[in-house]
Amino acid sequence: MNYTFNFAVLLPHWELFAQGCWLTLRLSAIAVMIGLAIGLLTVLGKRTSIAPVRWFAEGYIEIIRNTPFLVQVLFIFFGLPSLGVSLSPNTAAVLALSLNLGAFSAEIIRTGIESVPRGQFEAGAALGLSPFQTFRHIVIKPALRTIYPSLAGQFVMLLLTTSIVSSISAEELTSVAQNIDSATFRSFEVYIVAALLYLAMSTIFATIFKAIDRVYFSYPTK
Amino acid sequence: MIRDFTLTEFWVIASGLWATLLLSAIAFVGGGLAGLGVALARTAPMRALRVAAGVFIDFFQGTPMLLQLFLVFYGLPVFGLKVNVWVAAAVGLTLHAGAFLGEIWRGGIQAVPRGQSEAAEALGLNYWTRMRYVLLPQALRMSFAPTVGFLVQLIKGTSLAAIIGFVELSRSGQLVSSITYKPLLAFGLVAACYFAICFPLSRYSARLEKRFAFAN
Repeated sequence: MNYTFNFAVLLPHWELFAQGCWLTLRLSAIAVMIGLAIGLLTVLGKRTSIAPVRWFAEGYIEIIRNTPFLVQVLFIFFGLPSLGVSLSPNTAAVLALSLNLGAFSAEIIRTGIESVPRGQFEAGAALGLSPFQTFRHIVIKPALRTIYPSLAGQFVMLLLTTSIVSSISAEELTSVAQNIDSATFRSFEVYIVAALLYLAMSTIFATIFKAIDRVYFSYPTK
Repeated sequence: MIRDFTLTEFWVIASGLWATLLLSAIAFVGGGLAGLGVALARTAPMRALRVAAGVFIDFFQGTPMLLQLFLVFYGLPVFGLKVNVWVAAAVGLTLHAGAFLGEIWRGGIQAVPRGQSEAAEALGLNYWTRMRYVLLPQALRMSFAPTVGFLVQLIKGTSLAAIIGFVELSRSGQLVSSITYKPLLAFGLVAACYFAICFPLSRYSARLEKRFAFAN
């Protein structure tokens, strides 16, 4: 190995790296909010008695879960314009990320609701609570406790998935890194730094989520 | 010049599909071997091995797969190895799969009741015999459903090899899309191919999981 690492050439670009991280976080945050809303609606759609809505929700979940995110992004960014809908790279990226998280979180939320024993709902009804009150005061906390770890894992996964939107040149850390790469020609160093920045971000979030889990969901159940 | 979507374009996509299947198979076999090593290291009596395997897993689970492919693609030449996209993609995906399968199987090994390994130890079986005949068969059976589930992730993950220039299913979709200017058809077809492979596997994994949940 005769390669001499040169990380010093990247120093002048630290501001760009920081900007890339910030854009990644912003993209993830927006996609998490929209994606969770889509996920909730999809669960409702899947549990409704109107068959076509149910089929639509199920089809959406299965298609998203069984195709690669890259193809979803390319389909949205290059495909939608031929239907007359042109989106900027960033909008297309947020749309793709939200739709992706929507399908995965829907499955997680569904298992959470199904994990609460029927007797709990019945107990709520017997106490004279409305379905909403039952949900609000009895069901939601144990359901959240069950799904919280997978949901948190899904958020961290989303943060890492954002790197793929660089393929439609949406502005986030990976595409910033690609720009720095073409300016400095130090590919290996650039991607080591980018990977470590992702590692730092995902570790920080995983730690925060774990701390929240300890504070809110560590009550004994028996 | 814009070309029509003809049989030739279907063939481009079909050959991409073949490359995806081949790459997935290589990554799964390679990742399986690496994963076995990682799982054994993660549950090893030696602390240093456990820590090393833990760092390996944390790195691959905490960074984007795309960046992992970039690192291998630009890193192999640094170590004096010639880069060929096949090698880069296979090595990158193998390492990625090794970390994830290693973690899945580690969970399986640790889920085997302690009494089993204590009994095997009491019978005078050494570490390897214990692993080979007592722990691993039970651990792998328990982890079978999540392993199939991860295979779906891995097949979808091979699409990222397209970004380092590997012509597999997604890349052939991009190529066909740009010469025919029919992105909806090209990417729709590509998505349908992935779906046809992944959907049955997802279903199978879900069924295994349910059966396993009942067995307990």
